[in-house]
Amino acid sequence: MFIRKNPSVLIFLAVLAVFTLTVTLMSEAYGSGAVPTSMVKTLGKTLCLALAALAMDLVWGYAGILSLGHMAFFALGGYMIGQWLMYARTGEIVAATLANAPIPPTPTEISDGIAGQIFGVVGSAELPLTWSFAGSLPLQLLLVLAVPGVFAFLFGWLAFRSRVNGVYLSILTQAMTLALALWLYQNDSGFRGNNGLSGLQNIPGLTHVPQSDLSVWFLWASAAALALAYLLAAWLVSGKFGSVIRAIRDDESRVRFLGYSVEGYKLTVFTLTAMICAIAGALYYPQAGIINPAELAPIASIYLAVWVAIGGRGRLYGAVIGAVVVSLLSSWFTGGRAPDLNLGLYTVKWVDWWQVLLGLAFVCVTLFAPRGLSSIIDAVKGFRMPNRRGRDLGPDLGALREKEAEA
Amino acid sequence: MRHLLLSLLLLFAAPAFAQDLASVLTTHRNQILKPSRQTIGPVIEALAAAGPEAGPVLEAWADRRLGLVDDRFVILDGETARDAATGAIVPGEAKALKPNSGVRGLISAALVQFQLTDPDPARRRAALEAIARQPDASQLQALREAAPETDPALAARRDRLTRLLTIGYDENPEARLAAIDSFGSETSADFQAVLNPLLATRRVAAASLPEDANIAEELSPGSDALPGAEAYALLVDAGLAPPRPGNAEVKAVLAAHLAEGQVGGVPVAEQSDPARRDDAYAALAAAGTVAPIATAEEVTQALETHRFADLYAEPNPEITSAARAALRGMQTREGMAQAADLTLDALSLASIYFLAAIGLAITFGVMGVINMAHGEFIMMGAYTGYVVQTVIVDRTLSLVVALPAAFAVTFLAGVLLYRLVIRHLAKRPLETLLATFGVSIALQQIAKNIFGTQARPLTAPAWLEGSISFGETVSISSIRVAIFVLALLFLGLFLVIMKRTRLGLQVRAVTQNPGMAASMGINPDRIAMMTFGLGSGIAGIAGVAIGLFAKVTSELGSDYIVQSFMTVVVGGVGNIWGTLAGAALIGGLQKGIEVLNPGNTLAAQTWMILFIIIFIQFRPRGIMPQKGRAAEA
Repeated sequence: MFIRKNPSVLIFLAVLAVFTLTVTLMSEAYGSGAVPTSMVKTLGKTLCLALAALAMDLVWGYAGILSLGHMAFFALGGYMIGQWLMYARTGEIVAATLANAPIPPTPTEISDGIAGQIFGVVGSAELPLTWSFAGSLPLQLLLVLAVPGVFAFLFGWLAFRSRVNGVYLSILTQAMTLALALWLYQNDSGFRGNNGLSGLQNIPGLTHVPQSDLSVWFLWASAAALALAYLLAAWLVSGKFGSVIRAIRDDESRVRFLGYSVEGYKLTVFTLTAMICAIAGALYYPQAGIINPAELAPIASIYLAVWVAIGGRGRLYGAVIGAVVVSLLSSWFTGGRAPDLNLGLYTVKWVDWWQVLLGLAFVCVTLFAPRGLSSIIDAVKGFRMPNRRGRDLGPDLGALREKEAEA
Repeated sequence: MRHLLLSLLLLFAAPAFAQDLASVLTTHRNQILKPSRQTIGPVIEALAAAGPEAGPVLEAWADRRLGLVDDRFVILDGETARDAATGAIVPGEAKALKPNSGVRGLISAALVQFQLTDPDPARRRAALEAIARQPDASQLQALREAAPETDPALAARRDRLTRLLTIGYDENPEARLAAIDSFGSETSADFQAVLNPLLATRRVAAASLPEDANIAEELSPGSDALPGAEAYALLVDAGLAPPRPGNAEVKAVLAAHLAEGQVGGVPVAEQSDPARRDDAYAALAAAGTVAPIATAEEVTQALETHRFADLYAEPNPEITSAARAALRGMQTREGMAQAADLTLDALSLASIYFLAAIGLAITFGVMGVINMAHGEFIMMGAYTGYVVQTVIVDRTLSLVVALPAAFAVTFLAGVLLYRLVIRHLAKRPLETLLATFGVSIALQQIAKNIFGTQARPLTAPAWLEGSISFGETVSISSIRVAIFVLALLFLGLFLVIMKRTRLGLQVRAVTQNPGMAASMGINPDRIAMMTFGLGSGIAGIAGVAIGLFAKVTSELGSDYIVQSFMTVVVGGVGNIWGTLAGAALIGGLQKGIEVLNPGNTLAAQTWMILFIIIFIQFRPRGIMPQKGRAAEA
């Protein structure tokens, strides 16, 4: 029933499955080896970014909350899983080193050794309180969801309760991200300051598995997470919940006067998407191998918005397309693989000019194609918006205009 | 020899001294030739007692300019050699004496009395400075006994120095206390330098503390000031307790006595348990293979039965308490000076934020347009300043040119941005935010492509480079004063434009009701464009100002953008006084938090942003919210 009403879900899942299968069959570990391991990792990471973009689309494209802080939740998820990865991996190394000594080590010696290894770089040898659960995978996995979830809940509750919305909310979320990043930059906050957590690509207990295998496993996991999240998001927005959050986006006051608890809906979407982002981050950073506070810079969250806007807001597949296209193009251009453009007087080196192109393309998309890349799909389907002749959707300035609602 | 002396007796009018000096030199000839620190004391005293003529001799000796020609002592002055006693030029090859540094120190101390009464004031001053640099107990006597000083400034200096030395070296406690009192509420560095050594302490551990000891503080082991391990180490150092080696050493000893898979009868596999390790070690100790170590209980007991304290090296408690009181008073006064300094700092930070935010307040506050590229306009202004400086060498002139140039450049950029982008996104604030963000990343990268990633200098003219100081601790650099003045200037300019000009009237009308304004013959589009240009232009000037003290990089703008937004949001949209209040609040807060957590600007910023997020809870529309019909619903 749900599938019949939303045929796009099936198409999306099919495309994702085919993509995953193709990459697997071309990987070094399980196939011809046409796709090198580094490329498999890039693709896996891109799927994680698409997952984050999906969450961003839910919170921005559907609920109209332009959060500039969702990459912070993404990075928080990465930090939470990184704690376990680093602790357990260092534990293995320390235990192996101490086992060479004639006298077997005491438990205190092992934990002291781990703390010294991890925190020696910031001039400390004690495990901070924030690492209390780092030894346990289930607890740390729980924290991947709990920490960003609670954080988003508290922030959202404070912000929505006092009716902070629109641009104010965007700036406030940006400030929150900046505050979090600045806090993590400090050595004494217990997350190794600007060194961040590193060596995350080595999975404890799986050291005998080559990276080529691991990269494919992570690709599968990322694809599965994306598929599940897509199903969840499609189910959410197709029902009553979806109608209400779209209504909030279009005219918040009206929905409030109709008796809906606007704050409750916004808070639910905000927290849920924060948790989806956290999962994406937890899958992303083991593939990236390193996480540091620079990942939380406000700019990262703005890029998330850029992907969603370029892909097309208010369409779940739009967000995924935007994230995949822009991040792959970005790595192609900045990786130095794009050929230089010779203009006679000046040779355009794409490494230098890609950002300019992206910025201007973004401005053009906002101006001329608010529906982004997905407007191509709309054109193919012959889908047209009803023409309201430019009238706004509500009486006040906060109400969105037709053009924005179209998006 | 005798003939010579007789002839000199006629030549010079100081026969008695001269003879005396000469005889002293002759008597102590051997010791002067081969001086040693232990035996030279009486010789120097004898020389010093020989009268003012001995001064140059001592001085020359200390400078390694005292020499020997045949049998006569001579003072070497470049190529010429003069007789030490008579001053007559002596021909012949001179051999300089080279006393060691210990002896030279003694000589210099003896010299002080001569230098203090030297007829040349410059030399007297130099002597006082030398004493102040390296005070010594022996100089106190010389200072007191020297003939009265005639120059009033030098007399004051000498008196002060005498009192300082009295505090440090006098034997009479009453005199020392009086000297400390005589300084009253001074906070000068030399007074502090004299007081600090009086309060030097050493940490002791003993079964009981001596009765007459001047105790600074008694410490209990295990407290923050004296962790248990440190306290026990003190006991071990004092020989009051057996050492307790660390876990690593115990482990090494155990490993050394490993035999047939066990140590002291305890199997190796069991030794991952600390208790079993202790057992193994005890077994080894019982067998006499290793020296016994203190057990944990013994350590606790030893810590309990001994007393630990910080003792003053200075035995007299009255003096230490007087010194402490004087220092404490100094700290309070210094704290107040620092608070004043901090207020100045906060003020200058607030004016920087105000300058950066004022343009934003115009575009965001008045027009409701959020311009994420505002930071890049600041950067453009700074780079304009840099470019102007490369063309015009004279710094003052280049600054005078750069300010309007930066305004013009960013004004044009603002107008362009408005015409091309923002006009088409009217009433769609979130879209505007995103589009201007796209502009921002493009501009940043273009700046990087043109000027490179390294920081470019924007040097302030010389008259802005110094600093204005009040007292010893309170000082503010001239650039910051200039920025403060600039901020005030712009506040005035903004008020004049808004309240006194036709443009301001039209801007206010468009802000309140664009439709009505349009029907009164105002072109809202043109007004909006002008307003946007004005806001951007001010951002450019702020860029020049910021560039003067910060490094000009392509990221210059993004460092200020979040704080600028905060300033506008906290202050309240659409009100310049609100922006001023917001800047003052944010600047003051950041500096205030920095004091509580010194040296950690990151933490200060974190807490400040947190504070703002909470502040927004209570005043969602800022300190000075917009009121009336113009206010957003």
